[in-house]
Amino acid sequence: MSTGTTRLDVVVSDVVPVNDLVTRFHFRRRDGGLLPTFSGGAHVVVEMRNGERTRLNPYSLMGSPLDTREYTISVRRDDAGRGGSLFMHNQVRPGLEMVVSYPVNLFSLDLRAKKHLMLAGGIGITPFMAQTAQLAGEGGNFELHYTCRTASLGTYADVLSERYGRRVRLYHDDRDERIDLDRLLSTQPLGTHLYVCGPGGMINWVRDRAAALGWPPETVHYEHFAAPQPGLPFDVTLAVSGKTIRVGEQQSLLEAIEAAGVDPPYLCRGGVCGQCETNVISCDGKFIHNDHWLSEEEHRSGKKIMPCVSRFEGKSLVLER
Amino acid sequence: MAAKTIISRPIYGKLSPQPGKHHLFVADAEGALAITDMAARAPVGFFDGAEIVFIAGPDGKYVAALEALKPAQLHLPPSFASLLPRLKQTLTNAHMGLRLYLAGTEGLIGQAMQVALEAGIDHTSMQTEHRGSLARRMQCVHCKGITENVTTQPATCSHCGLLLLVRDHYSRRLAAFQGVCINAEDRSEIPPTEEIFQ
Repeated sequence: MSTGTTRLDVVVSDVVPVNDLVTRFHFRRRDGGLLPTFSGGAHVVVEMRNGERTRLNPYSLMGSPLDTREYTISVRRDDAGRGGSLFMHNQVRPGLEMVVSYPVNLFSLDLRAKKHLMLAGGIGITPFMAQTAQLAGEGGNFELHYTCRTASLGTYADVLSERYGRRVRLYHDDRDERIDLDRLLSTQPLGTHLYVCGPGGMINWVRDRAAALGWPPETVHYEHFAAPQPGLPFDVTLAVSGKTIRVGEQQSLLEAIEAAGVDPPYLCRGGVCGQCETNVISCDGKFIHNDHWLSEEEHRSGKKIMPCVSRFEGKSLVLER
Repeated sequence: MAAKTIISRPIYGKLSPQPGKHHLFVADAEGALAITDMAARAPVGFFDGAEIVFIAGPDGKYVAALEALKPAQLHLPPSFASLLPRLKQTLTNAHMGLRLYLAGTEGLIGQAMQVALEAGIDHTSMQTEHRGSLARRMQCVHCKGITENVTTQPATCSHCGLLLLVRDHYSRRLAAFQGVCINAEDRSEIPPTEEIFQ
């Protein structure tokens, strides 16, 4: 059960290859009406039905929040992933009827900020597409620093540069261009808020440097959807519903719980929002925590797990579900 | 120490050294002691990048203790009104990495916070410590006039003269507690006045 959200019946209105790895998908309402309003940084959970199997993956909305005739997402192909992105790339064609969740924003702009400093890495650019469009429409003050591997893989770098000129700064790994992060963070006017979206390592680096340089935690915003990682199959007892289930190699614990007919709350399915937090009643083995929600202390305690992205290896696991 | 009564009633903490490049302290009266106490817990060299703005009062008490911390700058204005232009200027030119520490009376903390909020610092990002008098800055909800240094309950509005109940309801935007007429039904009813905000 998706907490506080309902589903939207949509049809794929366009599929546009952007570069070697990234394809953009456009969705419109099947009844032709306007889609719900969203704000920059919001995501939708896309239901991917493939035969018996349903995958639910979160993707940031990248269109302008000022235009709700369609929702657009950009999906980076991950050949080693669990198949969600491959399904999108290989199976989804214009005209296909799909279901997406209402938009949810866990990475919203703090509009009290005097300035918005955005740092993107790779496909982490997508929420900033919507945020920059939102801010530009309101005359907002922003600056975007975007790191990509090569110019040809710099998804939307051309679009952004054309739209916003000097407010966008590009860094290419293959040309050995690096953000001078300490200098950048030390020269921002008071009242600036920082937003980071990209690979986990980049987010940690930026958060660490910002904290060391005196940025209060309230001014540092980040989003990193962890994709559920495949792993060894394991068995779980669901104490409340009295079921014992097996989590498959390519399945997340949350998906296995849902497949058994139990309907736990969820929102982002990426280890960020905290909705699916589940109490551990007992366990004999070790947890593989992949979320960004629980504290390190909670990870060590073995008392809680985020079933959307985390796994378990060992003899037995009993959850309060 | 202030007790939590209603959600808007500010609760102050204890100053603690934050990571950052520049540290700006604004204090009055016994607030100086919050700074010297914190100094004992601060890393070596902490005050090399610090500016202290201190309203000492006529006796100049605690000034020597603050000088002894050897801050990069020590500014001793005679009143809050006189430090305001400089504080605004400092915050306007400041960069992220500046940390703000407010210590002393509630009136001082509230008014400095009001300026800092306008400059874009979140109130949760500021360090505060209440020391000294419990006297309140009060806004009359009827005439909107602000009365400083209210120590009694009820208190008379210095602008319109109504007798006001000084509530715990606090406005960060105005940096003042709200005062509401205590005898609106019958002005001849005068409850006893107590000195409770000492």
